[in-house]
Amino acid sequence: MMETLNEYLPFLIKSSYFLAAILFITGLRRMSAPGTARGGIVWAGVGMLVATVATFLLPDMHNMVLILAALVSSTVLAWVSGKKVAMTDMPQMVALYNGMGGGSAAFIGAMALFNAVDHIDACSMAGGSSHDCLSGVPMVFAIVGVYIGAISLSGSLVAFGKLQGWIDKRFTFPGQHYFNGLIGIGTLALGLYLTQDLNAQYIWIFFGLSLLLGLLMTLPIGGADMPVVISLYNAFTGLAVSFEGFVLQNEAMIIAGMLVGAAGTMLTQHMAKAMNRSLGSVLFGSMGGSGGAAIEGEMKEIQAQDAAIQMAYADRVVIIPGYGMAVAQAQHKLWELTEMLMERGVDVKFAIHPVAGRMPGHMNVLLAEAGVPYDLIEDMEDINGQFSQTDVALVIGANDVVNPVAKTDPESPIYGMPILNVDEAKNSIVIKRGKGTGFAGIQNALFFAENNKMLYGDAQDAIAKLIQGLKAL
Amino acid sequence: MIDGFIALYIFALAAILGFEIIRKVPVVLHTPLMSGSNFIHGIVLVGAMIALGHADTTLEKVFGFIAVFLGAGNAAGGYVVTERMLEMFKPRVKKEDKDGEGS
Repeated sequence: MMETLNEYLPFLIKSSYFLAAILFITGLRRMSAPGTARGGIVWAGVGMLVATVATFLLPDMHNMVLILAALVSSTVLAWVSGKKVAMTDMPQMVALYNGMGGGSAAFIGAMALFNAVDHIDACSMAGGSSHDCLSGVPMVFAIVGVYIGAISLSGSLVAFGKLQGWIDKRFTFPGQHYFNGLIGIGTLALGLYLTQDLNAQYIWIFFGLSLLLGLLMTLPIGGADMPVVISLYNAFTGLAVSFEGFVLQNEAMIIAGMLVGAAGTMLTQHMAKAMNRSLGSVLFGSMGGSGGAAIEGEMKEIQAQDAAIQMAYADRVVIIPGYGMAVAQAQHKLWELTEMLMERGVDVKFAIHPVAGRMPGHMNVLLAEAGVPYDLIEDMEDINGQFSQTDVALVIGANDVVNPVAKTDPESPIYGMPILNVDEAKNSIVIKRGKGTGFAGIQNALFFAENNKMLYGDAQDAIAKLIQGLKAL
Repeated sequence: MIDGFIALYIFALAAILGFEIIRKVPVVLHTPLMSGSNFIHGIVLVGAMIALGHADTTLEKVFGFIAVFLGAGNAAGGYVVTERMLEMFKPRVKKEDKDGEGS
């Protein structure tokens, strides 16, 4: 009995990896349509479970205690942190988990390389030259995997730090792109050299330089571009996993990794397009700072009570949420306010810019969490023609996506970016913490417009005051 | 051992598939999809387990341990976060705490 089982074990394991690959593909497909998206992650999850269990059955596996210890401790930590984190902090968690995957691929690659060094040493002892003893192609994949995986690890960690607010400065110096380019090419050249003469010392240096490169590449990028960057590193990790899959001769890794590498690249392009940025300008351009003409005029303040009255007697109100709403966790209060306005017969709609918040779809997720029905939420294309018939446009913690400068000032760094036409509304009220410029550091002409009023304060407090104002009527 | 050209075919076909699946997706799904594909490359865990399972030297064991730890975090964290995001796409059921049937 045991013997027949052992005979069929390799077949069983291979079939499990095959099944996992199919489940990943189906899962990703289902996740790309709103109706089936929820089921999609479950399909992929089953695939992961099948592949992991099958791996335990592989023959000649040792260090089982170490494997279980790492697996269980990390799974518990990640599971708990993923469950506990607030909806608003999801983007940085994706960055963190993605960096871990890239790091894992890089360490696997480094292990394969160190292993090859030992192999070469043994082989040279037997009289072969270093070149003869190298197994060739798989080592190239291991090296490229280390390179991309390490960039993804350190880059994603910087992205995590920036979104978490731990790194709030953009780190720039003159000639930075040339310097980074030099390090990038130099590291790649060292990698190429490794294919000819593999030794442990150079592997360490190569690994270190790759990590440094990810760090240097990501530090100068502004927070507003982080979603695109995270998506790019997601694709990087996929590629690294695919390459290390080739080194380990594991089909599930090759297919799943390449699938994500391609899908992630496509997704990155979609995102960059939605922000009217090219990938090149995200990675190498500098956004913010100067650029664009100064704006004349002053911002006019409004009190919450007056703002509440203005909205209560409006026929039509459009609410434009932005990242400010997300940080203040104001979505629940906002829905309460919306329900009160609707009870008074006001026609209320939500307008979502494709890149409002820190990630495309970020606002939709938060509003859905608060219980806002889908039919109240409009995309930019659908609502933009309706602003001229809107009595009050309420902007909550959004800035660049409503800045009319994008339409009027060719000098501005955001010129050409599609925006929500809040400036066409009869009145607009902007809830904002202070007078500073937004994430991109660009002056917003809307704030200085004749029919615009500023309601200063944290989004949560400001909306609470608006609700009080409505109750007092 | 996978033959070089067979591997090339697998690489190319998987890449084309990935491009095709994501070619036309609504903006609302961009973030969940990024998160979902982030989970899928958590399959690196399997590779890390195989690597640690064959590690002999101390250095290999340390690296393998780190690789499994990082890979498992990618897989587990990626799953939870994606599931929570997609939870929001659940078809709206009647609100129990509100009177009337809503919309």
